[in-house]
Amino acid sequence: MDMPRPDPIILSRKAELVARLLAVLPSDAVIEDEMETRAYECDALTAYKCPPLLAVLPRSTQEVSHVLRICHDMNVPVVPRGSGTSLAGGALPTADCVILGVARMNDVLDTDYANRVIRVQTGRTNLSVSGAVAEENFFYAPDPSSQLACAIAGNIAMNSGGAHCLKYGVTTNNLLGVTLVMMDGEIVEIGGAHLDSGGLDLLGVICGSEGQLGVVTEATLRILHKPEGARPVLVGFDSNEVAGACVSDIIKAGVLPVAIEFMDRRVIEVIENYAHAGYPLCEAVLIIEVEGSESEIDAQLTLIREIAERHNPVEFREARDGDEASRIWLGRKSAFGAMGQINDYMCLDGTIPVSSLPMVLRRIGEMSKEFGLDVGNVFHAGDGNMHPLILFDANKEGDLALCEAFGAEILKLCVEAGGCLTGEHGVGIEKRDLMSYQYAPNDLAAQMAIKDVFDPKWLLNPAKVFPLDVSDSRRTMQVAAE
Amino acid sequence: MKPTSEQELSELIADAKTPFQIKGGGTRLTGLLEAKTLDMSGLSGITLYEPGALTLVAQAGTTIADIEIALAADNQRLAFEPADLRDVLGTTGDSTIGGVVASNASGPRRLSAGACRDFMLGVRFVDGAGNVVKNGGRVMKNVTGYDLVKLMSGAHGTLGVLSELSLKVLPTVEMQVCLRLPDLNAVQAVRAMSAALGSPFEVSGAARNVDGMVLLRLEGFDASVRYRAASLIKVLAPFGDVEIVDDQDMCATIWRDIRDARGLIGADGNLWRISVKPSDAPHVLEALKPTMAQLDWGGGLIWAVVPSGTDVRAKMGVSGHATLMRASNDDFTRLGRFHPEPAPLAKISMGLRTRFDPKGLLNPGLMGATS
Repeated sequence: MDMPRPDPIILSRKAELVARLLAVLPSDAVIEDEMETRAYECDALTAYKCPPLLAVLPRSTQEVSHVLRICHDMNVPVVPRGSGTSLAGGALPTADCVILGVARMNDVLDTDYANRVIRVQTGRTNLSVSGAVAEENFFYAPDPSSQLACAIAGNIAMNSGGAHCLKYGVTTNNLLGVTLVMMDGEIVEIGGAHLDSGGLDLLGVICGSEGQLGVVTEATLRILHKPEGARPVLVGFDSNEVAGACVSDIIKAGVLPVAIEFMDRRVIEVIENYAHAGYPLCEAVLIIEVEGSESEIDAQLTLIREIAERHNPVEFREARDGDEASRIWLGRKSAFGAMGQINDYMCLDGTIPVSSLPMVLRRIGEMSKEFGLDVGNVFHAGDGNMHPLILFDANKEGDLALCEAFGAEILKLCVEAGGCLTGEHGVGIEKRDLMSYQYAPNDLAAQMAIKDVFDPKWLLNPAKVFPLDVSDSRRTMQVAAE
Repeated sequence: MKPTSEQELSELIADAKTPFQIKGGGTRLTGLLEAKTLDMSGLSGITLYEPGALTLVAQAGTTIADIEIALAADNQRLAFEPADLRDVLGTTGDSTIGGVVASNASGPRRLSAGACRDFMLGVRFVDGAGNVVKNGGRVMKNVTGYDLVKLMSGAHGTLGVLSELSLKVLPTVEMQVCLRLPDLNAVQAVRAMSAALGSPFEVSGAARNVDGMVLLRLEGFDASVRYRAASLIKVLAPFGDVEIVDDQDMCATIWRDIRDARGLIGADGNLWRISVKPSDAPHVLEALKPTMAQLDWGGGLIWAVVPSGTDVRAKMGVSGHATLMRASNDDFTRLGRFHPEPAPLAKISMGLRTRFDPKGLLNPGLMGATS
């Protein structure tokens, strides 16, 4: 993975940068020691590492503004960081960058049940937003699987989803307003507790912009009352194709499950060995969860059972109590850990039209043989968001490169099937060089034009999202202009 | 000017030297724009409809009526309920999907299902230099690159002319009921709606009509709707006697009237659409003293009729924004159709318009000043 060469001028001005930052931040907010900056050398995409020049941990929007203004003035790239759980390398530093971590900004600023919104600082973790409103039986809906650790800042940057977004939508559908600090230090308020934007939908483009347009320090999020209850069922099928058809029929019937999760035979075998969840050993397992009162759940599950039975499932297991519900989810929730037990793995995130599911799974199986690497499929079937897990051995020379090549072929297949490279993880560095496969030069130019407006010097997280050769002239322009 | 293909549209814009006003069905007023009309009705037709994947792709000039007919054949619908504003605005024509998306037109279900922009999966458009650009696609989850799909939704054509849209659709529901609470003042009405919306009973519409009646909608499978209606009546007990309307046609009429602001048809004065935090709605009504008003979105959307010449933005006194929907050309010119943005946002918006429409061709002056 190529990254831009560090700028020797910036490296040589480290002492000056530290001095200027210390003039506006408390001393414990500036981390310059080389042992300590290593804590920020990577995110959850651990294959790539590079310690930053410095890390700063501001405590307020005003401090973030000071940091950005100084970096803007000195032409220092800034990589914003939430909790560092990105699977796409969204928070990967370069040696000449400042990591701007928002972890210390984690306050709840306002809880407003009457208007069903909460205002938080964005270093707050996803799960603790729900935690802050649990007392009144409310919750924040987007639930990425890293929700215990991941920060709202990162959720906004990547427009994170989760297992339950089939019903509740992803981050962008639940975000009403932000405080954004621009690269030049200007603080901008966008949106608020009202539902739609005046003017252009800037909030819509900021969400999912991977920290390239500004640093979001505060956010107004929609909160909802918890449903009265929820219950999963497990359905096993002897073919992927039939499982896919069943998903499609359920959706068409007007039932809106909160989640439909899909696991293929390889994953079922692995998690059975690991978690002993009691899954049937068949080609495909669906976990379908519905919500509501007891009687509403019964009615929805009756309908789902009718639909599933038309497809001759090998098993239809309904959770009769909380214990059985946990057992049904146990396998799915341990899937990634179980795969990690047998080897290193790379988790992909392409999305496809649900109708292409059988074709894409068949092709992935064929490619697995061609590349000689094992692959399992776990994914959010209701919305076609796949998570193929490619197993490889990080200690075996050439295996990572082989795995990446295999991953790239899978993502190209997703695009060919009418889908996209990433459904919820983001582009980061991981899918950066595949962007030209999904988008034509005009399409990328239109996206980069937005960055030109928000961050004319291309200092915010500059080496991400766009292929380096495509963004090169923009990233180097500011140096030439000096 | 009436292009019949995206290619033709692209060439036409690339060669253009003078501005356009972009027209879909012409059902929404744009105010006085001095520009020749770019008629998009020549780009029409549904290009893909996959009911099992809840996906529809259509060219921008396709009428909403045609889309609704196609969807209804498979028991599906546009869940964000775009309004038909012809009667309240005094316009004619057939609303198009391009116009709906360009104005992010979202009805009562916006508060539960989401706005038009939340159902948008992909766009194709031609920018002001004539470049054809695509963004998003036709899948439900997509974070590949920046989300221009949302940016284009509600941009009123000022960043590019939409040529093709890809949308998520949803199944229609088995039934609906409407709960009615008579004659509540604005404060009590917003409290009642807030109590309903803060319950687990999945209210999909919460409005107060021009007569002061509070309306709450429940939709879904029969047994579920009846259960939730009974539960919600208990929640609403402090606010008065609840009447249940379960006649399906009557329910449809009630919510069509709210969606299309039909209670305000023909009222003398200017019509405004004001977006605020729901609990601020009573304050806004108090400050404006409109001759007629309807609340939707639990109070978050105010439709108000005020005497011609009134500057609602100067009087509303809370954060949010107000759009002038129907007025004389003088008032459109004097007050502007859209709420002026704070300086830093105006600068960003201007920057985007300059990048996407360098020649200032696309609906110039409609959203903020031109460069």
